Amino acid sequence: MEAANKGCCCQSMKAQDERYQKLADIIARYAGQPGALIPVLHQAQEVFGYLPNDVQVLIAEGLDVPLSEVDGVITFYSLFTSQPRGKYTIGVCMGTACYVKGAAAVLEELKQQLGIDVNGTSADGLFTLEVTRCVGACGLAPVMNIGDDVYGRLKPEDIREILDKYIQAERQADA
Amino acid sequence: MVTLTIDGQVVTVPADYTVLEAAEAAGIRIPRLCYLKDVSQTGSCRVCVVEIGGRLQAACVFPVSEGLEVKTNTPMVRESRRTTVELLLSNHPQDCLTCLRNQTCELQKLAQELNIRQVSFEGERTHFPIDLSSPSIIRDPNKCILCRRCISVCSEIQGVDILAARERGFDTVVSPAWQEELANTACTNCGQCVLVCPVGALTEQDDTEKVWAALADPDTHVVVQTAPAVRVTLGEEFGLEPGTVVTGKMITALRRLGFDAVFDTDFSADLTIMEEANELLQRLNDGGKLPMITSCSPGWIKFIEHQFPSLLDHLSTCKSPQQMFGALAKTYYPRKVGLDPAKIVTVSIMPCTAKKFEAERPEMRSSGYQDVDIVLTVRELARMIKEAGIDFVNLPDGEYDAPMGISTGAGLIFGATGGVMEAALRTAYEVVTGKTLAKLDFTDVRGLEGIKEASVDLDGTVLKVAVAHGLGNARKVMELIQQGKAEYHFIEIMACPGGCIGGGGQPIPTSTEIRQKRIEGIYAADRDMPLRKSHENPAIKVLYEEFLGEPLGEMSHKLLHTSYTPRLKYRTAAPCKDQEQLAGNA
Repeated sequence: MEAANKGCCCQSMKAQDERYQKLADIIARYAGQPGALIPVLHQAQEVFGYLPNDVQVLIAEGLDVPLSEVDGVITFYSLFTSQPRGKYTIGVCMGTACYVKGAAAVLEELKQQLGIDVNGTSADGLFTLEVTRCVGACGLAPVMNIGDDVYGRLKPEDIREILDKYIQAERQADA
Repeated sequence: MVTLTIDGQVVTVPADYTVLEAAEAAGIRIPRLCYLKDVSQTGSCRVCVVEIGGRLQAACVFPVSEGLEVKTNTPMVRESRRTTVELLLSNHPQDCLTCLRNQTCELQKLAQELNIRQVSFEGERTHFPIDLSSPSIIRDPNKCILCRRCISVCSEIQGVDILAARERGFDTVVSPAWQEELANTACTNCGQCVLVCPVGALTEQDDTEKVWAALADPDTHVVVQTAPAVRVTLGEEFGLEPGTVVTGKMITALRRLGFDAVFDTDFSADLTIMEEANELLQRLNDGGKLPMITSCSPGWIKFIEHQFPSLLDHLSTCKSPQQMFGALAKTYYPRKVGLDPAKIVTVSIMPCTAKKFEAERPEMRSSGYQDVDIVLTVRELARMIKEAGIDFVNLPDGEYDAPMGISTGAGLIFGATGGVMEAALRTAYEVVTGKTLAKLDFTDVRGLEGIKEASVDLDGTVLKVAVAHGLGNARKVMELIQQGKAEYHFIEIMACPGGCIGGGGQPIPTSTEIRQKRIEGIYAADRDMPLRKSHENPAIKVLYEEFLGEPLGEMSHKLLHTSYTPRLKYRTAAPCKDQEQLAGNA
């Protein structure tokens, strides 16, 4: 612990990173207001995609809230995450209808193709895999959504092609 | 005042009472678990439910009102309490026989009180890792019943905020942020959480086996020192009233356990006063950093190192009495009696869990060895005395060994909040003025008020002093210093409420009333001492003549003074890792 006393090794990187400037603005807007923690966490997560430890510390210090409380709130609400997340969240519906129609096999195929477990994020940072309760599209069972796109009547063999669509789009955007 | 009816009894109580307090006033005891007077009133455990208007309400948070009708003992109430406790037991390790809190556990007591003979629910159990990282405190979340008393004491009283509830539902765990181990946090090791834990989820690190091993080794010379506050609390472990002075019995017990020499930390407390009073006078004369703050309390030291690292130069450079003793026990003492210091083992009996951490600090090796080898809390010493079959209450009185067992009332009052200040003033006054103090008792600095102030006229120079106990109060004083608003010359700070008599290593329970009684015991013992000023301690005079030279001299600096380590409030290695990860992904 003492060894790190010279300051964080990523200070310089932070200064160049405009996300930290945005975070400072968010904190400044809410500092001193009661009940500020949840809206600040919300907006910080929008900026960073997740709530890394250094962001948690900056929020704790900025709002004068104990770090243990910040961590307690983040871990209490499933909406908040302290882990980096993929660009797209895949939600596989595990409601009764989807389950009966073979959602488990779809999920298994996604795990295989992405090389991750449920709640994991793929190595390329593109996908985070989650399971959801009934999404209310039982007529299309089994269903998954990727970001805002919904895919129905899925079979495991459809998965590769669907994932490739996002990967291709990403490559084109990079090029 | 309002009038209400509890179980048919008409009761009149102040309007701000809760139903639980009103019932107590009427002589009705409502079972409770998470509620702890002066500490925690969250209404979270639901054990204290009573029937009001046909509904169950938590008595510890329900306010009284005119004409309220309360029933504390109905079938609905009894059924609810039992179910609550059975549910707690369904996820509680059933290892009472080997638990450190066997027979002092409040959950165990409650199960007995509610006549629970079987646990009807078989459920999943939590499997959290046990945190053994701290030399002072063990955290076993599997035994935790989520009462949140430790969170209350850590945040509201100590203002350190290490512990909080994280996750939710079955996964809920009371833990430092990020599930960090205690040793990697700004935890001060004060042990107030241990004092309030109703079960065995937070306990001291038990070092009794190390002491048994040293006592059994014929090649070692084992010396023991007893802290000022221990003599007024150890009796509680054997059923005596809080505040009973058991110095003589304690000495006899230690000798019967097999210690080769029984010494007193009061001796080195007197020595601390000699060094510290002279350091204060030097700072006053030479324009040194003021206010100067005491450095006896290791919980306080770790607190300032983490929370106010830029103000460390306000701390007295004096080591604590425990560490001054340790340094002399392996230099002065063996030279005087002709022993090899390598063969000496020093054991401390302390009211404190943080002393275990202090003894292990790398600075505390000025004798060439670890100055204090093993630190036991009062609770651990009591366990050794019981294990050895010693009938403590009926022991004859013993006397401390010379020379390091000779002390004054000034050293003794270190055990209560304000005591170090009072002891220092007794000496500083006489050293500066050359006059004899007419009245030795500085009552302004005594008692349980959070922050106390006084000023003393040292022949024209008015010395302004303050005393704070409990780290929440310490923070207030430090913020005044930060803002340049603290017009004091000298401040005493103790980490624990009440000072060492309320330390994290003291008998459980420790409440405000019990603290008060222990404080009375301390001052009663001081009144009975033939010598009550540190500079009149004959053994200290000899120590300076034979060995140290003079206060603040070269030898003192080598053995009795120390430096402090700025520490981070949060571990930042993790954020760096995140940044590297992001950089790697880019």
